[in-house]
Amino acid sequence: MKTTPSKKLRPAGNGQPASDGNSARWNLRLYVAGQTPRSLTAFKNLKDICEEYLKGEYRIEVVDLMENPTLARGDQILAVPTLVRKLPQPIRKIIGDLSDTERVLVGLDIRPR
Amino acid sequence: MIRENRRNRHKPLEGLQKERTGIPGFDEITRGGLPAGRPTLICGSAGAGKTLFAMEFLVRGATLFNEPGVFMSFEETDRELAANVASLGFDLNQLIADEKLVLDYVFIERSEIEETGEYDLEGLFLRLGHAIDSIGAKRIVLDTLEALFSALPNEAIIRAELRRLFRWLKEKGVTAVITCERGEGTLTRYGLEEYVADCVILLDHRVHNQISTRRMRIVKYRGTSHGTNEYPFLIDEKGFSVLPITSLGLSHKAPTEFVSSGMPRLDTMLNGQGFYRGSSILISGTAGTGKSTFGAHFIEAACARGEKALFLAFEESQEQIIRNMRSVGIELEKYVKKGLLKFHNSRPSAWGLEVHLAMIHKVISEFAPSVVVIDPVTNFLAVGDAPETKSMLTRLIDFLKTRQITGMFTSLTSATTNLEDSGVDVSSLMDAWLLVKNIESNGERNRGLYILKVRGIGHSNQVREFRMTDHGVELIDAYIGSEGVLMGSARSSQIARERAAEADRQFAAERKQRELRRKQELYEAQLVALKGQYESERDAILRELEEEKQRQKVMSDQRLEMARLRKADNGGVQVEENGARKARKGTAR
Repeated sequence: MKTTPSKKLRPAGNGQPASDGNSARWNLRLYVAGQTPRSLTAFKNLKDICEEYLKGEYRIEVVDLMENPTLARGDQILAVPTLVRKLPQPIRKIIGDLSDTERVLVGLDIRPR
Repeated sequence: MIRENRRNRHKPLEGLQKERTGIPGFDEITRGGLPAGRPTLICGSAGAGKTLFAMEFLVRGATLFNEPGVFMSFEETDRELAANVASLGFDLNQLIADEKLVLDYVFIERSEIEETGEYDLEGLFLRLGHAIDSIGAKRIVLDTLEALFSALPNEAIIRAELRRLFRWLKEKGVTAVITCERGEGTLTRYGLEEYVADCVILLDHRVHNQISTRRMRIVKYRGTSHGTNEYPFLIDEKGFSVLPITSLGLSHKAPTEFVSSGMPRLDTMLNGQGFYRGSSILISGTAGTGKSTFGAHFIEAACARGEKALFLAFEESQEQIIRNMRSVGIELEKYVKKGLLKFHNSRPSAWGLEVHLAMIHKVISEFAPSVVVIDPVTNFLAVGDAPETKSMLTRLIDFLKTRQITGMFTSLTSATTNLEDSGVDVSSLMDAWLLVKNIESNGERNRGLYILKVRGIGHSNQVREFRMTDHGVELIDAYIGSEGVLMGSARSSQIARERAAEADRQFAAERKQRELRRKQELYEAQLVALKGQYESERDAILRELEEEKQRQKVMSDQRLEMARLRKADNGGVQVEENGARKARKGTAR
């Protein structure tokens, strides 16, 4: 299972003390299909939001379905990009390039609906 | 790339390639199956059988044609799907283990999803593409793709992606079946038919008079001819089956072989041999006239010849028929045990006419009988009106004829209506029509049999009486009196009168015979007496003649002696001797 496929899509929290794997409160997984401009936009938007609102408390895992199509079944992914909030529970899914920051915050329950 | 294009351009000239579904009957009405390498839309309301059709398309593809398939379900989980079709004998888990099938359950929960900007359905494509590639699938099913519309908020994106999806499926060259819910006044709720333009099939489930009938129609099939009617279909323990019975023509063969009616004397009334094989025979009559017994005779005769017979009973159970027929000496059970006779019993009101037809069609196809008895056809009027029943029976008769199955239909007519009324208005379809009737006269009811028509066979025009005996239907000699055919006790008294006259005639003949004998004896005695008289008279005459001869001899001897004594000359003696010889001759004469 290859979760960090490229330099460009390297998770933002990588190497930083706040996102040291399991202890992160926010466990996010971003599903993309290839390194399309939309994937890159989504990743950038996600990183920006996390840095601003969840600094030091998050971990991002990027799954490229082009390389691991079998993984689409596990989280029931149809649309890409899809951001899945694995932790905290319950699971939430946010589809799109995450350009609407307000809706991402609502979707992640960072901001009340 | 250029070569590829050129090949594509030439493709339509070869005609549309079709992929057989393996669903009984479906490949016939579509003349070969679904368009190969293209998507087909199956639409219908809830419970119309869309999922089953799609699943059977895959399972039959995998088992019959060795074509692996992918089932992507948006509604039911893998486990539910497997359980649902297990009752049809489809072992999905085995097919999955054999890499003939992939089940992919797509679950989307709207409440979990937040939409935040641009996206596409590449995830679905990748998932499907991966499933197809993993087993080399040739067939795919997307079961209720419209679930996407309720799961994802942006309809514009979905529409654009579906357009892309169908194009992508065509490029992949897989034959796809996409199921859709039927919308109000439209084929599909979300107008998917505008994307899938090649083949659209509509499944329908109609309830009329509390009886449901499933029907299928090919709404559109680009680039090919197809049956355009509504075809009834069945979903039973063996799955889906479509019945292409509305499109039969009048092109069946006409055999010249005969089949016995099972009643030798009825055969005699026909032409000595019975009915033509493959003909349809109607036996109509009021209640209790013995119509079913005629059917049982017909079946018994077929089984005795070693042919298979099918008894379609819509009134009585198998046990009941066997018991009742045993009472008239027709033993059917042994043929059931031998596998020559099959009963198909059902209540007319259990299903709609089309379903009945479909089931009859199916059981005939499976059992392949040479003789079918349907008892009675009039019960179908409980399910459909007369034109519907007639249409159904027409198709049934056509079906039997194309298979050269001889069919006997009994029809119950009401005593109040004209007896020469088949009840279901099918007499014109029938090749032979026998009418059994209770004839009331002289205070008793007797059973009469009329042959109203038999196409192509010279037949008796006589009304015949028949009786139910312990060895079945017995046709009785016709007795014709001044009032017409005599029946029952009138016939018996006529028989008695004829017997008396016969005895009289016989007595007279015997008397004459005795007289003749006496005369013969008399004359013979006289002959003997006369002969005796003649013989005695003859003896007397002969005796006289002998005495005369003796006398003459003595006289001639004396004369010779005297001549010798006188010493007469030779010449004198000569003369005398000659004279004596002459005289002897004269007396002898």
